[in-house]
Amino acid sequence: MALYRDEGIVLRTWRLGEADRIVVIMTRGRGKVRAVAKGVRKTKSKFGARLEPTSHVALQFYEGRELDIVTQAETIDHFRSIRDDLDRLAKATAMFEAVDHVAPDREANAKLFAMLLGALRALAAADSPLVVPAFFLKVLALEGYRPVLDECVLCGTATDLVAFDADTGGTLCRSCRRGGPISAEALGLLRRILGGQLGAALNEPPSAATHEVDQLATRALEHHLERRLRSVHII
Amino acid sequence: MAVYAGPVQDLIDELGKLPGIGPKSAQRIAFHLLKLSRDDALRLSRAIVEVKDRVAFCARCFNIAEGAECAICLDTRRNPSVLCVVEESRDIVAVEKTGQFSGRYHVLQGALNPIEGIGPDQLRISELLARLEPEGVQEVILCTNPNLEGETTAMYLSRLLKPLGLKVTRIASGLPVGGDLEYADELTLGRALEGRREVDLD
Ligand SMILES: [Zn+2]
Ligand SMILES: [Zn+2]
Repeated sequence: MALYRDEGIVLRTWRLGEADRIVVIMTRGRGKVRAVAKGVRKTKSKFGARLEPTSHVALQFYEGRELDIVTQAETIDHFRSIRDDLDRLAKATAMFEAVDHVAPDREANAKLFAMLLGALRALAAADSPLVVPAFFLKVLALEGYRPVLDECVLCGTATDLVAFDADTGGTLCRSCRRGGPISAEALGLLRRILGGQLGAALNEPPSAATHEVDQLATRALEHHLERRLRSVHII
Repeated sequence: MAVYAGPVQDLIDELGKLPGIGPKSAQRIAFHLLKLSRDDALRLSRAIVEVKDRVAFCARCFNIAEGAECAICLDTRRNPSVLCVVEESRDIVAVEKTGQFSGRYHVLQGALNPIEGIGPDQLRISELLARLEPEGVQEVILCTNPNLEGETTAMYLSRLLKPLGLKVTRIASGLPVGGDLEYADELTLGRALEGRREVDLD
């Protein structure tokens, strides 16, 4: 049992008892941490809004057996442009839900933390239609399930790629096709997202292709997680 | 995970369904109940049955009510043109205590929480929309909690209500009276600055 410091992003919270909350935080150093924030629901709590989802905070915890206890919280960034906009908030929530399912408790994953922080900063700067799908695809790649995009998963041909199947693991040619169809524009966007041109892809205005990529990335991640992402479908 | 024999486990399971009660608390409460005298236990069970039999939700605003409609909806002195939207009945009690509001209420019976699977269909939103025209509502005050769920709900409702030509307002968020400024978090203080008003001299 000891005190420790870390920085993290608040993913979700649950009410606990009369005035407390359990806060689920993706930290830089310790992976996903579940901690109790005592008295946080009282109007005069010293934590205020610092331990609400979207907050990027510097924290001090008291280590417990199952749940840690938050003893201090200082804001690094509260991402107000996300919190005050329903569409951006819905996007951030979808990413938080994905991280909550991907990250096991107390297993350091600095890469995932950095990706989430990067995605939040991108979302705070502009409400891009590709922030969430790009994040989902990067999470899949990080987990070792980077989809194949430059050849047919089954026969290896590099031409006439017309289908995408999350189960098989990527694109398929006309003769091997299964899963769902994919347009050349959407395939181009996928390649840019995973091929080092993410910044340019995030400047894409909403279009049929960005919508297609969004649906496809959600399906691929849901397939990997073996569960539906509630927040993607609800509002 | 069923550890205890029949009735004890049933009791733990039922208690575990209550809000804010985890498996450990459920177990602790169950064993407390086991130690109660028969009279005390019966009084508790009767209180639960009584409240289920005699109290229901107001057909109009979903506040708790002892008849078809609640006391506030039945009170003809209340201003029908202003509607205060709250998450839970207990929030009505809090607003009533201020003595600052003379309109009527609408209880959503929850707040949007997409990550927990709570969407618009689980709240009394369609019932809210259905009230507006027949009751001649001109202003809707969004009085949901100043936390993420409450704000999500307020943003969602204002998007829904504003195109209808109503005045839609949100309760101001600011600093708790009696607190020290230096302890305020940046979001709260930022909003308090935005919501500043001119100092009255009289
Ligand atoms: Zn093929
Ligand atoms: Zn009523």
